[in-house]
Amino acid sequence: MYVYDEHDRQIAAERVAQFRDQTERALAGELAEEEFLPLRLQNGLYVQRLAPMLRIAVPYGMLRADQLRRLARITRDYDKGYAHFTTRQNVQLNWPALEDVPDILAELAEVEMHANQTSGNCIRNTTTDQFSGVQSDEIADPRPYCEIIRQWSTFHPEFAFLPRKFKVAVNASEKTDRAAIQVHDIGLQMVRNDAGDLGFRVHVGGGLGRTPMVGPVIRDFLPEADLLTYLEAVLRVYNRYGRRDNKFKARIKILVKALTPEAFAEKVEAEWSHIKDSPSRLTRDAIDRIQAYFTEPDYQSVDNATELLAEQRFEHRGFDQWLSHNVDTHKKPGHAIVTLTMKETGTPPGDVTDRQLEQIADLADEFSFGEVRVTHQQNVVLADVRQDRLLELWQAVVPMGFGTANLNTLTDVICCPGGDFCALANAKSIPVAEAIQRRFDDLDFLYDLGNIDLNISGCMNACGHHHVGNIGVLGVDKKGQEFYQISLGGSSHHDATIGKILGPSFAREDMPDVVAKIIDVYVDKRTEEETFLDTYRRVGIDPFKERVYA
Amino acid sequence: MPDVISQDGSIRQDDWIVVPRPAEGESLDIPEQSKALIPADLWLAGYEHFTGRDDIGVWFDSHDEPEMLAGKFQELPVIAVNFPKFSDGRGYSIARLLRERFGYANELRAIGDVLLDQLQFMKRCGFDAYVLRADKDINKAARCLNFFSQGYQAATDTDLPLFRRRAS
Repeated sequence: MYVYDEHDRQIAAERVAQFRDQTERALAGELAEEEFLPLRLQNGLYVQRLAPMLRIAVPYGMLRADQLRRLARITRDYDKGYAHFTTRQNVQLNWPALEDVPDILAELAEVEMHANQTSGNCIRNTTTDQFSGVQSDEIADPRPYCEIIRQWSTFHPEFAFLPRKFKVAVNASEKTDRAAIQVHDIGLQMVRNDAGDLGFRVHVGGGLGRTPMVGPVIRDFLPEADLLTYLEAVLRVYNRYGRRDNKFKARIKILVKALTPEAFAEKVEAEWSHIKDSPSRLTRDAIDRIQAYFTEPDYQSVDNATELLAEQRFEHRGFDQWLSHNVDTHKKPGHAIVTLTMKETGTPPGDVTDRQLEQIADLADEFSFGEVRVTHQQNVVLADVRQDRLLELWQAVVPMGFGTANLNTLTDVICCPGGDFCALANAKSIPVAEAIQRRFDDLDFLYDLGNIDLNISGCMNACGHHHVGNIGVLGVDKKGQEFYQISLGGSSHHDATIGKILGPSFAREDMPDVVAKIIDVYVDKRTEEETFLDTYRRVGIDPFKERVYA
Repeated sequence: MPDVISQDGSIRQDDWIVVPRPAEGESLDIPEQSKALIPADLWLAGYEHFTGRDDIGVWFDSHDEPEMLAGKFQELPVIAVNFPKFSDGRGYSIARLLRERFGYANELRAIGDVLLDQLQFMKRCGFDAYVLRADKDINKAARCLNFFSQGYQAATDTDLPLFRRRAS
């Protein structure tokens, strides 16, 4: 994991001092609310429905045990004793006091954390696959490139006041895309060209929200050394020509669509031709230096514990289920990747208490070299667990509430905080997630249904990524009443697709029934081996419409 | 007359007047006995008349494309870039283009909705003079120009990104 050097520490300390000064000027009335707004947003601070909300950055999802413990302490000392993992791999506090935020940022800086650019019209936290570096099918570890982008984008003087927020994601696996890169402003797929050189396929102009789009490819191969200069060219074109007259049309996807991807790509290439050989071109030394932080931990050489696990899963049915669903194969023999699902029914997806944060820290120290990753599905990953210790780990996590063996099933819901917390929301989302989780509480039935992405957002801003859920739920407001619109067939993976709206929306109390009818159609129509998405793509939306609106 | 802040934070009296874009049907009203900054496209339109004068500079609005004056920048003693709203970040890109692509070397000033907390970004993008919005405390400018002792990126103030400085 990346470790700050003296430069990073100094910049972090200066940032805290700057925000303390800004906060003091705001509280003294020297800064108008509209002037303070972008400054506080670029320090992660929202003013929300019930209290301020502080969004803390977790660059590309990586957290160390000491950072988790500090987060736990901060939630106790400055908040109400819990935090929330978001779909941006970030952590949110829901009740900090405005005047405490500089102190919170100072505490975070002590453990090499920050809230830089977690909001506002600037380049946001770069996200990636939570299994980076431990799976066997990746082109290369994407995390060093995410860190290179993090440093470049931090306080970038030219791009702090963009037309709108700007999100970059990197994926390195050829088989899967756990980073949803095609629904980002820039999505970078790591590839190798015919000569074996490492580079990126560049998607630009994807995104969710009011006008969801899958990002087209504007460059098939960008050599790794050109990463920053090319990003700079894309951002410069967007900064100059992105719309600023209408915030709903200000995202880069609108510019790409208006110009056409080809014409946009030409503009970028023209811009890039001037700067591609500038000193911002990455050097081998610079890449090597960052890569050195992401070397393998000190794995012990152990063999696969196949027989032991077979024995253990025979004895413990719950362990068997957990192993089948929440544990993935690891590139190193004798190791496994474990996902702890923060999806216990009755707990809002992604919510963790201070005590749980400390428990996760202890688990990280005990089982996974002191590190965890947070996922955009709002779960936590222990990436380096020895297979012969999986049973012990499972026995530890079940009583903690994050051993639910439902990863990637219907009840592993992605859900934004919704109207319970968020000032932007049109409707509550957490109670919908909970009602559906209660309705589908039979694990065997869930396993029979296979992988289904159910994503819930409380408003058009789509923090719950409802457009790319196989089943998407969007909260809408109709004359002060909360209703829920369903879309089907979305995907955030390599086959990225925006879901199609099923029809008129439903009352909240009807949602479990509606989802049950949709599932019934799938069960009726599927052929063996078909996932929900496969069946939907084969039979289309009509059978679902007929059943739900019958 | 407002004061102008230099890159080092010092304050001096401003002797340039920004001439607004004339309304339709009106002509450019350049004050006598003062140095004047006029809209860049109008300078270009009256090029024969304005060229070579050290008392006439131009200003770009945030949607202007500085490319329109390609090849002529060095003739200008001062270029100003207007920030119609502090949250409109186009001026930063314009400044970098002027400095880095077109090699403009004379004074480059930020005008309009110029606030304290944007000054360091402006400095890094190549502005070396700033006319702060009148209600802001000019005495705090020097500190705000220097909140950070360094930046990660290459920009106009340093052509070496931090990754290159780390290597040396």
